[in-house]
Amino acid sequence: MMLWVINLLGLLLLGLIIWWFWGVRPQVKAMPATQPIEVLVADGVYVPAFIGVPAGQGVTLHFLRKDPSPCAEKVIFAGLGISADLALNSHTEVTLPPLAVGEYEFTCQMQMYRGRLKVTQEM
Amino acid sequence: MQHGKDQQIQTIRLSVAGMSCAGCVASVEGALAAVPGVSDASVNFAEHTALVHGTVSPARLIAAVVQAGYQAAELRNEGDEADKQAVELAYYHRLIRQTLVAAALGMPLMIDGMVGGLLPAMMAGVVGQVTWLVIGLLTLAVMIYSGGHFYTGAWKALRNHQANMDTLIAMGTGAAWLYSMVVTISPGSVPTLAHHAYFEAATVIIALINFGSALELRARGKTSEAIRRLLGLQARTARVVRDGRELDVAIAEVGLDEILRVRPGERIAVDGVIIDGSSSIDESMLTGEPLPVAKKRGDTVVGGTINGPGSFLFRAQRIGSDTVLAQIIAMVRQAQSTKPAIARLADRISAVFVPGVLILAIITFLLWINLGPEPRLGYALVTMMTVLIIACPCALGLATPMSVMVGVGKAAEHGILIRNGESLQRAGQIDVVVLDKTGTVTAGRPQLTALRPLPGVDEIQLLQWAASIEAGSEHPLAAAILDAARQRHISVPEARNFSAVAGHGVAAQVDGHEVLLGNLRLMQSRGVDGSAVAGMIDALAAEAQTAMVLAVNGSVRGVLAVSDPVKPDAAAAVARMHARGLKVVMLTGDNRATAAAVARQVGIDEVIAEVLPQHKAAEVSALQARGQVVAMVGDGINDAPALAQADVGFAIGSGTDIAIESADVTLMRSSLHGVIDAIEISQATLRNIRQNLFGAFIYNVLGIPVAAGVLFPFTGLLLNPMLAGAAMAMSSLTVVSNANRLRLFRSSGGR
Repeated sequence: MMLWVINLLGLLLLGLIIWWFWGVRPQVKAMPATQPIEVLVADGVYVPAFIGVPAGQGVTLHFLRKDPSPCAEKVIFAGLGISADLALNSHTEVTLPPLAVGEYEFTCQMQMYRGRLKVTQEM
Repeated sequence: MQHGKDQQIQTIRLSVAGMSCAGCVASVEGALAAVPGVSDASVNFAEHTALVHGTVSPARLIAAVVQAGYQAAELRNEGDEADKQAVELAYYHRLIRQTLVAAALGMPLMIDGMVGGLLPAMMAGVVGQVTWLVIGLLTLAVMIYSGGHFYTGAWKALRNHQANMDTLIAMGTGAAWLYSMVVTISPGSVPTLAHHAYFEAATVIIALINFGSALELRARGKTSEAIRRLLGLQARTARVVRDGRELDVAIAEVGLDEILRVRPGERIAVDGVIIDGSSSIDESMLTGEPLPVAKKRGDTVVGGTINGPGSFLFRAQRIGSDTVLAQIIAMVRQAQSTKPAIARLADRISAVFVPGVLILAIITFLLWINLGPEPRLGYALVTMMTVLIIACPCALGLATPMSVMVGVGKAAEHGILIRNGESLQRAGQIDVVVLDKTGTVTAGRPQLTALRPLPGVDEIQLLQWAASIEAGSEHPLAAAILDAARQRHISVPEARNFSAVAGHGVAAQVDGHEVLLGNLRLMQSRGVDGSAVAGMIDALAAEAQTAMVLAVNGSVRGVLAVSDPVKPDAAAAVARMHARGLKVVMLTGDNRATAAAVARQVGIDEVIAEVLPQHKAAEVSALQARGQVVAMVGDGINDAPALAQADVGFAIGSGTDIAIESADVTLMRSSLHGVIDAIEISQATLRNIRQNLFGAFIYNVLGIPVAAGVLFPFTGLLLNPMLAGAAMAMSSLTVVSNANRLRLFRSSGGR
């Protein structure tokens, strides 16, 4: 009986993991492109990690790095060929050119910090 | 850029040049104030600086000033690197403290587990239970102090639908602690055989992983050695001449257009042009060129290089982030953040790695609890924990970036700027090296070596015509003819209606005569009979001299030949390319015989001659059509299309006067050794990346199944979760250390 419960719980947990990491699309935080978007770099995540911006406008991101680990040192927009070294406890400005509609990932060097920029038609 | 907690408002200082009157102040202030995001801007006319408060990037402010008709550059304190090192040291000490605290509890517990008898048994009545409850609470305190960052990181990532290394460590150690607490508080809820606490595992794992991170931090510091070395080239102070007095100021205080004094042996602060005095300057730190370069009035000097025995004054033209050194540093940093295509698979895997490991861990647990021997729960828990702990996304994630950091940095130390990871990867796969002739194989400074007038024509007259027609041309051959005329003190009458025919020659009117100077094809196209000099041209060409026919009013008057000496180390560099199995091709607009003569001197395999500049790219693509990976080496300006067409374009510079970022690879030194050095560094880096990726893959592919217990049915062996923690800490350290081996790279040229 106990074993059944454990097995059921295990399978439920498996389903939950698949659903949480692959099934649900995280909420995108929509931002106007007119002012800099602040991104906090701390505890292994970018906050916000999913940013929505309008297409065709340059975007400025202000990265505030709080994590002293070297993992957080760089932010890389691999698809755009843009990267920046983030200074600790201060803001680093990253300016992106006007982007076409689509999704652009930004990560640390090791891909442990992950964020996504969702560019949509005028919001 | 630094600013307070109130992130939006920042202060930017600009140096503004070109303000000649107080009226300019208002115009610059107006231009700055009009930039959206500027809250206030004030210009100090005496200092030629502007102070701006607002939420705007320096680049936008500079653009606004330039738009208004002035020049500007940001004044900034470059304290970044020292700050960074202090931060890293503090972080290192924190990790060591966290390691020691965790080990202080974990080690005695581990020893007790192995030796036994030091602590009362868990089942030894109330004393035992209370002792272990206290140990459990102490463990919790250690987990919070030494491993708190894993749990907050894991939680925040989870909330964002993400998972990272923190998730694995938090789950592994968290499960160990929870289970142990259940056993301690309510022994009855767990089968007797499974009565075991894993507090020591939780603390030792945290100690090991923190210790691994500390060692990794140290090793990582070495990977950015090249950048530190470049940053170290920046002078800290400069001697400026203000109001006729010389005073030493911090480098951040040097403005545009200021006059600076450089004394013997001093480091040059910023980029500029010499206005008084002369010296020889050691530029080896930027270009790798060992010999000092003589500089006189009107020549440019570059910040970071070292003055020789002379003293001079120069005018600052580029400061701050605009200097050549700053641009090199920026380019190297940028390139260090990119990855070659070879890393794509690893990136794709690491994106799904952690959730994948979570799934594997649960499957492991379920398999053991259903199929394992007693105590099933104990085995299931240990194997699940070991799978979570041994899996190392970091080694996979670090494999490529660490090697690229070191490889690109190493190249920079050799005066080679590699644009990105893609260029690095392709440079390591080159089959054919195509060399432009002039300025690449040869010195690029041609001299007049033959003056052959036809019978009845005066030698001086021939040179005078040639000099007149070439006076308006910027071609290097023209410079050789003009130099020769100047040396012989020949007056040069003005030419009219000058026209250049690309790849053929030039035409103009001199003293009312139609003068043509160029190759035989130019003569043919203008209906001039060149047969009288054809033999002479062939003979000169066989000696690698470029012969030009001079015709006046439709008839040939003579031949002038110019030759460009081969670079002294070109043959040695080509020999090194051959030793690497590379084919070397020369591409030139010159005639076949001249080109062949140069090729013979240097040992080039194949010559493609008489190619018009606009056809060079087509020749490169013809080579590519044979299925070969082609590198093109040229000057970056005239050869730009061919450089772009090639799989890897090498722009070869002469000293610091280069157009950075004009090609995939920029060689700061004019020697061809740079090409083969770049290829060797790229190959070594790629080899290193492959080793790292292989190591990281194999580690996980073998480690995870062993942790899950696949060996148990055959050998009865199970991996201890603490050993898994040590293995995981070592795996990323190994990757970083292997990348650091690249620092020992030596080129086959032995320099």
